[in-house]
Amino acid sequence: MSATLMTDRPTESERIDLSASSPRRGEKVIIGWLFLCAAFSVLVTVGIVFALAGPTIEFFRQVSPGQFFSTDDWAPSFTPPEFGVLRIVSGTLNVTFYALLIALPCGLGAAIYLSEYAGPRARKILKPILEVLEGVPTVAYGFFALTFITPLLREYWPTFLPGSLGDPPGVFSAASAGLVMGIMIIPTVASVSQDAMSAVPRGLREAAYGIGSTRMQVATRVVVPAALSGIVASFILGISRAVGETMIVLIAAGATPNLTLLPNESVQTMTAFIGQASTGDIAVGTITYYTVFAVGSLLFVSTLILNTISIALVRRYRETYE
Amino acid sequence: MRTARRNTVAVDAARQVTLSQLDGSGRGGKWKGKVFSAVLVACIVIAVATLAAVLLHSFVKGFPRIDLNLIRNMPSSLDRTTSGMQSAIFGTIYVMVGVAVTVVPLGVSAAIYLEEFADKNRWYVRFIELNIQNLAAVPSIVFGILGLAFIARGPLSLGFVAYAGSLTLSLLVLPTIILTTREAIRAVPSSIRQASMALGATQWRTIWKQVLPSSVPGIATGTILSLSRAIGETAPLLLVGATVFVTYNPDGFFSGAFTTLPTQIFSWATRPQDEFRILAAAGIIVLMAVLLAMNSFAIWIRNKFTTEW
Repeated sequence: MSATLMTDRPTESERIDLSASSPRRGEKVIIGWLFLCAAFSVLVTVGIVFALAGPTIEFFRQVSPGQFFSTDDWAPSFTPPEFGVLRIVSGTLNVTFYALLIALPCGLGAAIYLSEYAGPRARKILKPILEVLEGVPTVAYGFFALTFITPLLREYWPTFLPGSLGDPPGVFSAASAGLVMGIMIIPTVASVSQDAMSAVPRGLREAAYGIGSTRMQVATRVVVPAALSGIVASFILGISRAVGETMIVLIAAGATPNLTLLPNESVQTMTAFIGQASTGDIAVGTITYYTVFAVGSLLFVSTLILNTISIALVRRYRETYE
Repeated sequence: MRTARRNTVAVDAARQVTLSQLDGSGRGGKWKGKVFSAVLVACIVIAVATLAAVLLHSFVKGFPRIDLNLIRNMPSSLDRTTSGMQSAIFGTIYVMVGVAVTVVPLGVSAAIYLEEFADKNRWYVRFIELNIQNLAAVPSIVFGILGLAFIARGPLSLGFVAYAGSLTLSLLVLPTIILTTREAIRAVPSSIRQASMALGATQWRTIWKQVLPSSVPGIATGTILSLSRAIGETAPLLLVGATVFVTYNPDGFFSGAFTTLPTQIFSWATRPQDEFRILAAAGIIVLMAVLLAMNSFAIWIRNKFTTEW
């Protein structure tokens, strides 16, 4: 059976038995081992779910879901502790918003340029640069945000803005972390979008050029709409990466749970809370320990939903064009 | 149905373009197009300029501390100007050796199964593939939580040792290495397999003697790139106890506290004193130099050994 796998399959009646005369038990063992390795990835996911579920259930035994989701005071390690997760959720939304403000337009622009404008030589230079940008350790980005972007923002903050928006940010700010995170996500958005755009058949472009459209019209009215599901997928993946990023916010956004969407305030995100709470050795069985897992569950579930949507969208354009 | 959808896009575009040509609104196209392409170039320039700024900034800031003390001395909070990071360098070496030993056999085996044996119509194969795709996008700190609950404590209870960090990072880069290895295996043309089987080799023999040897350069490249992703990871290690202040090298894989380059950089970066920030910048230079070396090596392998079929 195994020997016929790679060839074109003949119909049932004319199939010749090509399997070896000896049973080849050793090979079956090897194939079984290979399968186990492939199935191991499922075990990892199951492991994540179980690792999160147990302590999270324990957490909700001690803290009511109502208190977790609807109050807005966050101080899990204080006495008396407060468990309103809204504060750190808003921190995540805040930083994510400013990151996307940079990442989505720039990522899409870069993708259109690489796919529709750049010649083969420019592409050969630019693609590796974007790959390097993706490979920079996030701790280096965090350091850059704290020691380069933050002083810059404090110096040149648009103080003419009305109200508290005009106050220059402090040492930690959502804007600084968001800005740098946005740059970090550009390559992700750009590469997934560009893949979708290159999957658009040449014929569509040629037809559009043939009736006299300009390069810009082809890009914006033919290629972008045709690759839309892939572009949306790249945006959602970008959101998921922003929500899950830890080091940049841990270093540059501060540790103040803050219910605000202002860019010049210090905020704590969900990931930064997990990182900060578990940097010191936390004792098993304390409520702080369980809180880390509860917040981790929330983070895992929200990114899982985003990733699933993104993967489904990528499948859709693959099915349409390939 | 599919072609119908494709045609709608083209027809819509054609209609729009024709209309704009007819009523003259397309006339300003030249000027508009120039602005548009300038904006696109600006998008790329922002990304490239920031990359340059990140590198230059840490280089300028950290350069004064690129000296032998950095390698010779342990981290110290007293002697800020001569403090080194030997324990972090050794910790990173231990952790990365552990990652390589764990993830390469696991990832390559999984990739061989999915590429050569798996029947893509089976539900469990599709489930495994979907699962790997999803796993690749799980935030790294969630792997840290898994490491804390199951590896450092819980069922495996390794404690906060170097191999706990290795295992956590191995799970993190497993999807990447499976993906790159599958691509390398796929690049081997099926005529090679058919020729081998025509000579009477079994499928496993074909893979072992033909497919794997020809895809070694691709697998090596993918492995190095996955390891270079693991070497810069910080967040998951914070949870499995890459304790930030360790003044001795790891005892081994399974005993003794450990720290790594990125976690050490993190702890220095968050201190207010400028000497520590300079140290952090110096650490980033070392880390980036290692990454650059790994990436260049990967590219060199790819260019030198890749077979043109």
